[in-house]
Amino acid sequence: MSAILPPARRVWWKQPIDKVEIIWIAIAFIWCMVMFFMMPYWHLYGKQNLSNETYRVKPEQFARAAQEMVDKYTVRTETDEKIPVVQPPAGADVFLIARLWAWWPMLELEKGKSYRLHLTAMDYQHGFSLQPENINIQVLPGYEHVVTITPNRAGTYAIMCNEYCGIGHHKMVSKLYVK
Amino acid sequence: MTTTAMFRVCPRTGLQFHKSAETLIKLNAVAAVVALLVGGVLALLITLTRWQAIHLVNAENFYLYLTAHGLDMLAVWIIFFEIAVLYFCSSTLLRCRLATPRLAWLAFALMAIGTITFNAAVFTGNATVMFTSYVPLPGHPAFYLGLILFAVGALIGCFIFLGTLVVAKAEKTYEGSIPLVTFGALTACIIAIFTIASGAIILIPTFLWSVGYVKTIDPLMYRTIWWAFGHSSQQINVSAHVAVWYAIAAIVFGAKPMSERVSRTAFVLYICFLQLASAHHLLSDPGLSVEWKVFNTSYAMYLAVLASMIHGLTVPGSIEVAQRAKGLNKGLFEWLRKAPWGNPVFSGMIISLFGFGFLGGISGVMMGTEQLNMLIHNTIYVPGHFHATVVIGTTLAFMALTYFLLPTLFNREVILPGLAKWQPYLFGGGMAVFCLAMMGAGTLGVPRRHWDITFAGTALPYEFPGSAILMMAIMGAAGVVAIVGGAIYVGITVGTLLIGKKLDAGTYSSTRTVLKMPSGAALAGHGGHGGGFAAPGTFVFALVFLGAFVLYYFVNWKYLSTVWGLS
Repeated sequence: MSAILPPARRVWWKQPIDKVEIIWIAIAFIWCMVMFFMMPYWHLYGKQNLSNETYRVKPEQFARAAQEMVDKYTVRTETDEKIPVVQPPAGADVFLIARLWAWWPMLELEKGKSYRLHLTAMDYQHGFSLQPENINIQVLPGYEHVVTITPNRAGTYAIMCNEYCGIGHHKMVSKLYVK
Repeated sequence: MTTTAMFRVCPRTGLQFHKSAETLIKLNAVAAVVALLVGGVLALLITLTRWQAIHLVNAENFYLYLTAHGLDMLAVWIIFFEIAVLYFCSSTLLRCRLATPRLAWLAFALMAIGTITFNAAVFTGNATVMFTSYVPLPGHPAFYLGLILFAVGALIGCFIFLGTLVVAKAEKTYEGSIPLVTFGALTACIIAIFTIASGAIILIPTFLWSVGYVKTIDPLMYRTIWWAFGHSSQQINVSAHVAVWYAIAAIVFGAKPMSERVSRTAFVLYICFLQLASAHHLLSDPGLSVEWKVFNTSYAMYLAVLASMIHGLTVPGSIEVAQRAKGLNKGLFEWLRKAPWGNPVFSGMIISLFGFGFLGGISGVMMGTEQLNMLIHNTIYVPGHFHATVVIGTTLAFMALTYFLLPTLFNREVILPGLAKWQPYLFGGGMAVFCLAMMGAGTLGVPRRHWDITFAGTALPYEFPGSAILMMAIMGAAGVVAIVGGAIYVGITVGTLLIGKKLDAGTYSSTRTVLKMPSGAALAGHGGHGGGFAAPGTFVFALVFLGAFVLYYFVNWKYLSTVWGLS
């Protein structure tokens, strides 16, 4: 029962190491390095990297910017609550508000074009989850996160909340169109 | 103090128990099992709610039960059991008295009062804030206060462990270095102190915020520091259950570590690098630089992953060496085929090891990769991963250890041995399917902590693919199987304590017995032979593991390359 007893050899650190262990450690170490360098590699050559462009923002300030965008680019409204559907031009700054328990406004984007998507939360923390694409981004109150997105497939997408935000959390779902 | 200390030697194992330590180990272990019972009942209600066809409890109760389940399992069950393991690994393995037993009682009392306090806040509906209690989601002050009390109690327990190491050294109760298992426990203890300090740094201001003395808590700061507590506490579990694996290999097989140097170095890597992994939770957050994310999420170039890969080889490797020494030398796998698969101490430990590595380890590294994290952040993949690490890994290892402790510590014969034999398979197997189904559903985008993925009653519902709903049903069914396995464990443990046949406990005396080393030990001091190739079967498993790891890792990069461009 020796792992639960003091090492039988007082000078245990001089005990030779078995080949099985040395070879495995070498292989495992190489694999660890491969995994480590995959991340910078993808920053250089990959097309899916989360931006870290972030600003501190007050909810009113962000709501104003969103309202301006809505006034300019709304093409129609949907649902009983008349949520505006916004069709911004390519390359535009697009503002998406997360609040209890809705996403506002709705977006209609063009395939293959890039947009600067601004995300913030008005109250609690929320989670931006784009389905079925499965892109998930944390949304924090007080922080404006700017992510450049380039939709690559046309269709109707859902944006749901995947950060628990109170009793109506599971009702926080919206749509996003790509044409 | 030494002269009044009371010791007994277990007639079956030769382990020596100090009376105060023995009582406290029992007390902490029993408190742990009570928490497991509560958490298990909640687990059943939760899993039957997320199984969309059953959808058992209403939204309010679902979120409440989920909060309580997280706390009572992840904090209360595991940490109470870990305190018991710490006392065992110091006082019992080093054959010395426990330092300051009175303070250990205080630690226990604080942890118990803390547990009752935050549970009261949750169950009265005043703190449905999840385990993470992200600000500014408000919880009742009693919630934070309870957590702080619990943490202070656990911290005292850690220092009693360290104190006991000092006592053992001063009173010369052992020769040379502390045993490897105690070294692993020391690793867990060091990580625990760091972890609890982080918890205090964030929970104390949050408590003050909840009572109105502090105006705001920055949500990003909260997340950064909270995860230094929340993630690191899982690293305590990793260190603790790896120590338990080594202990069980030694107890069941008489296995010696293949190399003390390698295993101890791997534990030191844990101390140096594991804590950086709190960054795993912040990869999809705004406001943190890419460099910060990449360096921290990879534990500074995956050196803690390296450590786990080493333990994953050396624990079964030491078993293989011990088995081969007994003549089970045929082919690559006779040593494993002829292992005592009917002994729950062994089967629980080996399922824990394989489940932790294959399911928990691979998924954890995938989701901890900076860019890949976007694919699964806050989906049900995340609980799929950590149920593999903390439930199959830690909980099952602790269950396996319990089957050893019942006769030696509690001096009772385990009741229903036929059922005990099956328990690890039921629990581990159920949990494995449960985790895989969650990971599958998460890959399809199903969110975690979500009451209704059909979005009934909303204006703009999203319809998940049928496969996602099916995965959630498989998860529910497998979850029920695992809960039955857990219930059998609780039933056997409690039943054994109450009606198990009493065994000879040995008698207490004030003299300490000195450990007699077998005379051959000095000559054959280690398991590995140095320069040989002592564990070829284990090496084959390691290569299979690596193959699965590499494949799964790159499949996910491929998946990432097909989603929308992000920059």
